[in-house]
Amino acid sequence: MSGANPFANFIVVGERTNVTGSAKFRKLIEADDYAGALVVARQQVESGANVLDVNMDAALIDGPAAMRRFLNLIASEPDIARIPLMIDSSKWEVIEAGLKCAQGKGIVNSISLKEGEEKFAYEARRVRRYGAAAVVMAFDEQGQADTAKRKIEICTRAYRFLTDKIGFPPEDIIFDPNIFAVATGIEDHADYAKAFFEATAYIRSELPHAHVSGGVSNVSFSFRGNEPVREAMHAVFLYHAIRAGMNMGIVNAGSLTLYDDVEPELRERVEDVLLNRREDATERLLEIAEQAKAGGKKQATERDLSWRQAPVKERLAHALVHGINEFIVEDTEEARLQAKRPLHVIEGPLMDGMSIVGDLFGAGKMFLPQVVKSARVMKQAVAHLLPFMDEEKERLGLVGKSNGKIVMATVKGDVHDIGKNIVGVVLQCNGYEIDDLGVMVPCARILERAKEIGADAIGLSGLITPSLDEMVFVASEMERLGLKLPLLIGGATTSRTHTAVKIAPVYSGPILYVPDASKAVPVVQKLLGDDRDVLVKETRAEYDAAREAYFSGQDKRPRLPLAKARERAPKLEFAPVRPSFLGVRSFEEYPLEDLVPYIDWTPFFASWDLIGRHPAILEDDIVGEAARNLYRDARAMLEQLVAEKWVKASGVVGFWPANRDGDDVVLFADEERSREIARLHTLRQQIDKGEGKFNFALADYVVPLEPSPPLRGRGQGEGGRTDAPRVDDRPPPPAPRGGGESIVDYVGAFAVTAGIGEEDVSIRFKRANDDYSAIMAQALCDRLAEAFAEALHAKVRRELWGYAKDETLTPEDLIAEKYRGIRPAPGYPAQPDHTEKRTIFDLLGATSRTGIDLTESMAMTPPSSVSGLYFAHPQAEYFGTGKIDRDQVEDYARRKGWDVAMAEKWLSPILAYDPLIAKAG
Amino acid sequence: MNRTERLAALNADLAKRILILDGSMGAYLQGFGLKAEDFHGERFAEHASSLKGNNDLLSLTRPEIITQVHDAYLSAGADIIETNTFSATRISQAEYGLEAVTYELNVEGARLARAACDKFEKADAKPRAVAGALGPTTKLLSMSPEVNDPGRRDSDFDTMAANYEEQTLGLIEGGADLLLIETITDTLNCKAALWGAWEAFDKTGVEVPLWISGTITDRSGRTLSGQTVEAFYNSLRHAKPWAIGLNCALGPADMRAFLADLARVAECAVSAYPNAGLPNAMGAYDETPHSMEAHYAEWAKAGLLNIAGGCCGTTPDHIGHLKHAVEGVKPRVAAARDARLKLAGLEPFTAAA
Repeated sequence: MSGANPFANFIVVGERTNVTGSAKFRKLIEADDYAGALVVARQQVESGANVLDVNMDAALIDGPAAMRRFLNLIASEPDIARIPLMIDSSKWEVIEAGLKCAQGKGIVNSISLKEGEEKFAYEARRVRRYGAAAVVMAFDEQGQADTAKRKIEICTRAYRFLTDKIGFPPEDIIFDPNIFAVATGIEDHADYAKAFFEATAYIRSELPHAHVSGGVSNVSFSFRGNEPVREAMHAVFLYHAIRAGMNMGIVNAGSLTLYDDVEPELRERVEDVLLNRREDATERLLEIAEQAKAGGKKQATERDLSWRQAPVKERLAHALVHGINEFIVEDTEEARLQAKRPLHVIEGPLMDGMSIVGDLFGAGKMFLPQVVKSARVMKQAVAHLLPFMDEEKERLGLVGKSNGKIVMATVKGDVHDIGKNIVGVVLQCNGYEIDDLGVMVPCARILERAKEIGADAIGLSGLITPSLDEMVFVASEMERLGLKLPLLIGGATTSRTHTAVKIAPVYSGPILYVPDASKAVPVVQKLLGDDRDVLVKETRAEYDAAREAYFSGQDKRPRLPLAKARERAPKLEFAPVRPSFLGVRSFEEYPLEDLVPYIDWTPFFASWDLIGRHPAILEDDIVGEAARNLYRDARAMLEQLVAEKWVKASGVVGFWPANRDGDDVVLFADEERSREIARLHTLRQQIDKGEGKFNFALADYVVPLEPSPPLRGRGQGEGGRTDAPRVDDRPPPPAPRGGGESIVDYVGAFAVTAGIGEEDVSIRFKRANDDYSAIMAQALCDRLAEAFAEALHAKVRRELWGYAKDETLTPEDLIAEKYRGIRPAPGYPAQPDHTEKRTIFDLLGATSRTGIDLTESMAMTPPSSVSGLYFAHPQAEYFGTGKIDRDQVEDYARRKGWDVAMAEKWLSPILAYDPLIAKAG
Repeated sequence: MNRTERLAALNADLAKRILILDGSMGAYLQGFGLKAEDFHGERFAEHASSLKGNNDLLSLTRPEIITQVHDAYLSAGADIIETNTFSATRISQAEYGLEAVTYELNVEGARLARAACDKFEKADAKPRAVAGALGPTTKLLSMSPEVNDPGRRDSDFDTMAANYEEQTLGLIEGGADLLLIETITDTLNCKAALWGAWEAFDKTGVEVPLWISGTITDRSGRTLSGQTVEAFYNSLRHAKPWAIGLNCALGPADMRAFLADLARVAECAVSAYPNAGLPNAMGAYDETPHSMEAHYAEWAKAGLLNIAGGCCGTTPDHIGHLKHAVEGVKPRVAAARDARLKLAGLEPFTAAA
């Protein structure tokens, strides 16, 4: 999923067209050299800026006039005007002059509460009328916020003011919580970066739809003149800020350093400073700063060309990863001379290099602009090889013989074309004529071109999720226009199921999903050759089956209205047991050897595509031998892994007083229930199982806040309104509570990982080209994490919560889940909403206590991690929510404070309806 | 029916069916073979320059003809008709030396349209709305009139906004129910028009729905000032328009793809009023009422339409066929509100959540 990569979504604001940040640009403007100034702007766009920052605040420059002139000139340069503008000035008159010259929707930088609410309201209203978004500085009447508390306070106030009083759309608010210089030697400044990270995390989680931006170069101000250290600080700062949720930054789009490329010692010391991890952090950074500068100097003047000593294959990979095109032609030529055929250079070293790029990007260690650079290097290399391939074709008598024409395009709204380029190159090498329309290609143009050149097929590519819809659109347009051409679908987010379920039904011509470049040639060969009918028929049948599987997977049994489903909640009796402690307890470096007995091996085999239960699988007639070999290797590595402590396991457990409130579970600060500290949201089954059967939600396992009236559910004559949980006005629980007060119950939560250090292990193996061991180590860590969750749950039942003190179950019994109480995890059938992890993590302080992080799509990193809730009720059992209806989605959205579309997004796997159809109908 | 009641009734209809806008004023007027005298009338008989071709002026000099056009479109089934004020701004009227009557042109233009609508409303009690037409003027705010001096501009935002403010005040006074900022070739002009309209709303305390209609100049799918349809939408979405759409320049066949682009993103009603094809060698338009009908019917069925009408070359006959084509077809459902940061240069840029 593209959403799992936090860096891919980072908005790069190009900073070089800013007179306060670039002396070069200032001199150009002062010298009235606007042609030169436009060159700077174009460079920013070319190096991948998503937004162009323009600032004309300098003593010798007439701000409004310069802004007007430069923006008017930009308007006549389509390759610059392509991207939105950020109109940047501390003077309102300059901002307004800029807004009056911008036809697009840009961003104003900035407005704030600095001079009070009246001026803020005036400017915000006008920004709104000009149709721009706004950067809002964490600045108020008292001054600029420097602590996390002040930043949060001001941003919250500004957010409320803008959204409530001005009607400013929250998504158009971009907070700049102030990036200040650290390592200044002044004690008060030590926490500045950390305060920014904290405020950012708060804004992104508590101020819905708002964004966070900042001028990153400020942070390294005290190292002026020492570029290597500054760049390292920027790289590390961005790494942490983006993890906290910063999604826009004013940076030099052309020179972003990779976090992983920062020299480890320097990186650690920079990190100490930014995270304020030790008292002597600044001294320690200063200690090595000079040395780093000297090293950097060397780099700056003679550059580090040591990589040029490596074999040509590695040089090509290095050039691709670092986007260096300086030597690409000579290296490609050298590789060509070594290779049998020019094509082998592409299929070999070049594609290997690009796959490293893909991995780094996927792992969030490269930025989009860098990937674009890599692609450029790739293209230059391929360009060098093409004449040789043509020549080869001619020599082999292939001239003029085209196997077929294919129009290829990355669909509208998407810019990712590496995969498509690779596929295109591979197809070209096999004698197909490729007409590549590039990226962001509107449907009409694709179809027109296909008609124009009499294409034999159309290939669509896309990487981001919305591209899926665009592909459906293209297919439906092909159908409408009566085209019969084969349609090839590829790209990272596409899938066979999506193709079968969403695309195939709207187009009656042949449709083929192409999972990767290696599949492209055989598919196209068949498609444009004699086997076409067979392939088309087979594929149709395959998709029909896939679709059927998909829809039969969808439950069509009748569902109950939510109110009715709630009436059918189980009526449980409660006898809560108090845990041995309340609050949170950490388990650092949990002994790995204690986890081994708890490992459930069955899923381990499944991860290697060996299906069967352990231990029976070891004796299986067909896969038995493979399973035994694998198991032997696994046990051997496990032994070593445990003995040599390759990885660390850490966990955290917490218990809180809790009560059910509707389908929510409210957690309290104490047993007096004086203060609500969190709210867990659960989903209820809506399948109509028949009268007398229960419809479960996890909340059912907790004592209700208000004792449920014995005849609850009668008196529902008025359409169930009285049954609606108090979602619209959630009062805090009254304290002290009245006579009808319910008893206090408890809920627990946990997060565990066995993946600390896992990445290093797998990297170590991959470096040695031992992928088998690398995958093995990951699979084992995964099992250890599950085992940890199981072991901890046993400890919880017997000791920490202690509701089953005399439980005596063997690990086999545990795997069969024969114990009392459950530990459901968000994202699994009982609570499919991944975002509940955020609540659990916050309650547990899981990230700081265990090192597990959540990505913005709520995936846990390291991946060998497990988190979930504990319910102790004797009748608690695992269930699946099944598909739910729109009424529950709307209700859930209200409870979560989301709009319905957001709820539909996160709950999409369990929707009983298609939101698009529901909306249209 | 007062404006509030009428708009309420119109909005109720908008939810249920595809509304019909009228067709071209110019095509109809051509049939009258009007001469310079018709334009000058008695009042401007002595005017220094020729006023022939200043169609907006006919509201003052031949009001009965304008009424006849309105009546013809209302008879053909239009729910909404446009005022004869496409060029009734100071900037545009300067070409004729008629800046002084700009305000009056708007008041009278709106009054004539309103009077025609009132007649029809009285007859059957169904709402007929007047869309006050605000054209693009003769100047562009984002483009230079001279290739060699790309930074130059013929006008500026404030002047343009003041022009539109005056026009809005006149249209509201004359009884317009809506404002239709149309044939937008440069989005910055439209932003100035919105600004002017809001200024007028602030001054009068009367606020009417805003309707925006852009023009895609050719098959490249861009406005004259270079924006794609989605960029155009992102740039104007802050106006919370009542409806947004496309008109002019293209015939229905070429407009379709761009209309589809807009229909997919617009969080409000979508309108379309294409030309009757492209002008042929004789300067006439090729699409017949019958051939247009097929396009409209297909658009409606594809869920692209909330409001449809005709632009250059269309006649009441075209509108009659249009009405027939969309009758009984469910209107398009607006896109759900997208709470992502949506920016635009010439191309759209949408931030991830």
